[in-house]
Amino acid sequence: MPVTDTPASPLVALRDVQLSFGDNAVLRGIDLDVQRGQAVSIIGPSGSGKSTILRCITGLLRPQHGEIRVGDTRVDTLRTEAELIALRKRVGFVFQQYNLFPHLTVLQNLVIAPTRVAGRDRATAEREARALLDKVRLSHKEAAYPGELSGGQQQRVAIARALAMRPELMLFDEVTSALDPETVGEVLTVIRDLVRDGLTCVLVTHEMRFAEEISDAVYFTEAGVIVEHGPAARIFGAPSSERTRAFLHRALGEGPRTAPARPASFPEALPFERMRFAL
Amino acid sequence: MANEVTVNALPMRAAFGTRLDPRRHPWWTALATVVLIVGTWIATGTTPVALELLWQWTPALLRGLLTNIEISMLAMALGTLVGLVVGALSLSPLRLPRVLTRWYVQFFRNAPVLVLIYFTTYVFPFELHLVKWTVPFPDWIKVVLGLALPTSAVVAEIFRGAIQSIPSAQWEAAQSLAFRRTEIFRLIVLPQCLRRMLPPWMNLYASITMSTALASLVGAHDVVDTAQIASNTVARTDFTVLVYFTLLGVFFAYCYPIARATRALERRHARH
Repeated sequence: MPVTDTPASPLVALRDVQLSFGDNAVLRGIDLDVQRGQAVSIIGPSGSGKSTILRCITGLLRPQHGEIRVGDTRVDTLRTEAELIALRKRVGFVFQQYNLFPHLTVLQNLVIAPTRVAGRDRATAEREARALLDKVRLSHKEAAYPGELSGGQQQRVAIARALAMRPELMLFDEVTSALDPETVGEVLTVIRDLVRDGLTCVLVTHEMRFAEEISDAVYFTEAGVIVEHGPAARIFGAPSSERTRAFLHRALGEGPRTAPARPASFPEALPFERMRFAL
Repeated sequence: MANEVTVNALPMRAAFGTRLDPRRHPWWTALATVVLIVGTWIATGTTPVALELLWQWTPALLRGLLTNIEISMLAMALGTLVGLVVGALSLSPLRLPRVLTRWYVQFFRNAPVLVLIYFTTYVFPFELHLVKWTVPFPDWIKVVLGLALPTSAVVAEIFRGAIQSIPSAQWEAAQSLAFRRTEIFRLIVLPQCLRRMLPPWMNLYASITMSTALASLVGAHDVVDTAQIASNTVARTDFTVLVYFTLLGVFFAYCYPIARATRALERRHARH
């Protein structure tokens, strides 16, 4: 398993990135490296700037100071729309609130960007889209509208939509935070498959067990700075910072909600749980 | 299916059978009733005089109605064109167009339609002098202009509201998929806006159609004007009452289907 400070050239590199909204300093000097093929998780309390880091990487936000590289592109210096578009063709982004296009069917949601932006022909785009829907286990929903799907299904479509652009990097912004607990598992399963296939992924997540399981490296942020980072096993097993320890204690101590997907065990477990509450 | 159950439970079934039950075919039942009554009148020569007169005036009334429909459609077309431009300007990043369009919208939305019709009637000349020709400026065109003003103000608001109702997250999602701003507007925002605009736009059309009745006040020969002429010419109280009932029925028959279609569209959009 590669460690964060291997040489080579990282696919994503942030150096002393600072960003503030007015007087509110959100990022106060972020350094972060993501090697090709790695999965990196960013954890930390709400409002610590995790989502802002992802938005900076894909050029939706521009930091006031610091340097961001994706491959050999200096993201922080991009000015024209054409330059940003060239970057975003390589970077997929999945949002907390899915943000599917409600006036298009599932298949059209997957096909519109590859045909209109990447200039692929419709037949190829549709074939790839169907393969992706198969991958996220939603082949039977290609003609449905987003409003007809559950949150977990919409989020899987959103992941497939981002993948349809064949990105070399995927950014996941708290993609399970808006979901019902019972649909979290199906989305995490899809992400786990992507990581296993070797796609470079950066995740902002509150699913601690999941982050521990799939990440090559974990970054803990608090109040706009990286408090500590390292291999998942070390951050979760033996964190060196007291603040990391306190955060993990709070995040993991609040019950078993963060357990990764075991959909099969749910139907059996549920009635007994209910009966126990009833008694 | 629920219908079937109710119908079967009724004793009616013995007499008519399910297929001929008048409750299941209200329109055919109404038509049959009318044919039956009119047939009896003609056969026995007992048609009420007022109805016979109404029949004579029907072609004139329909011609008048055609004027109303023309006025409403032209006013709507013109008002929509202007309204879309005004609405687009009201979303401008520049302050001046925003302020000007806000005043335009507020001014014409809060003006009584009748006053606007009088306004356009007297502001514009009755004849246009072009070099040596004199072209009349017909009243009905002035009514079109008078109705197009409030229409454009409302369309501008509908358009602005629709654009602003599209969450910014849609822009962000499309940006992250490498769409250009113009493409986002054309492929993502505008199609969603049009769907949202259609129901209020159709409502507006129905209300503009009803406002065309005011055209008669400035001398346009519309259906209301024709009804007044008919009423004065015939000079019978029962005929006058009948003509105005007919007028109500005609406007209802034209506007109610629009309202129904609007509601059906809203329901369909609510689903996805």
